[in-house]
Amino acid sequence: MSEQATKPAQPWQDGVYDALKAAGIGIVSYVPDAGHARLINRAIGDPDMEAVVLTSEEEGVALAYGAWLGGQKAVLLMQSSGVGNCINMLGLVQSCRFPFLTLVTMRGEWEEFNPWQEPMGRAVPAVLDAMAIDVLRAETPEDAGELTSRAAGDAFGRDMGVAVLFSQKLIGAKVW
Amino acid sequence: MTEARDNLLDRRRVVVDLLRDRGDLLVVCGLGSATWDVAAAGDDAGNFYSWGAMGGAAMIGLGLALARPDRAVTVITGDGEMLMGLGALATIGVAAPENLSILVLDNRHFGETGMQASHTGLGTDLCAVARACSIARVMEASSMEAVAAIRDALHQPDGCLFARISISAAEHERVLPERDGAKIKDRFRGSLGLS
Repeated sequence: MSEQATKPAQPWQDGVYDALKAAGIGIVSYVPDAGHARLINRAIGDPDMEAVVLTSEEEGVALAYGAWLGGQKAVLLMQSSGVGNCINMLGLVQSCRFPFLTLVTMRGEWEEFNPWQEPMGRAVPAVLDAMAIDVLRAETPEDAGELTSRAAGDAFGRDMGVAVLFSQKLIGAKVW
Repeated sequence: MTEARDNLLDRRRVVVDLLRDRGDLLVVCGLGSATWDVAAAGDDAGNFYSWGAMGGAAMIGLGLALARPDRAVTVITGDGEMLMGLGALATIGVAAPENLSILVLDNRHFGETGMQASHTGLGTDLCAVARACSIARVMEASSMEAVAAIRDALHQPDGCLFARISISAAEHERVLPERDGAKIKDRFRGSLGLS
């Protein structure tokens, strides 16, 4: 029996959830995405987390600022296409030095069936960089939890914006 | 008097009355005139002024209300700012925080940019939108008596409140608060005992 086989496989989203819990995240806002579905359900089922469904992603950016004004840590879960919706609202990370944490499931980069996902998927790192948001990229299940933990530490410990991109290779291509 | 004939309220008087004896009310301002109005009514560490992020005031208010369920949170914004983030009313209707009030000073114009007519002057009914988004309490004011009733409702948080206050489009001299966002944020958090 190999060492690997003795380890029960944990869905990578559970490692992310554990990292968010350890970082003291109390508010999870989201525009649904299949890659985030398990994490969203865990947040909804957690009595110590407030799960907030959004109509558009920039709402979650503003929500996170308000939460921090009141002493709470929030995270925004979204898909790569939503990053473009956030641009102007992200300006307050610089003008107010608000901490900001987001976890982004990527589309348009790995065996993507839908070519309309490609332009925004390609632009995500540049767009976040343009708004002075640090970008970390998770390619493996182990990365996902570890980088979420580091991102939360940087965001709330150093008053900065940090995004973790979960690669489409990690999530798996959407089945059509 | 023009005011009596047109039944249009002066925005500065309205905001002074809304914030009368405010106690520990936390206030999030929409950018532009709403921020100048709140600053004119008296500076307070519990004011979060906005110089940008149009469309975000109601959601900043929601985040704050969820973070501090023990405190009454009031958003004061304009019709243009609310219209840019209209989806927030659906999100807030679902989240349904008991302690959040959203007040829209509606002059039916984009006042900061040349007084172009806004949607509320062209048919959009924000109170109907709020009701359709299942916000618990919806109020409307076009008299100072009705403004006083809204003021009292801010201090009796028993369900999320949305109110539209019909005001004159007359412009006032700008009263500019602190412009450094980090200072505004840090002072606000400091007033809540946060470092």
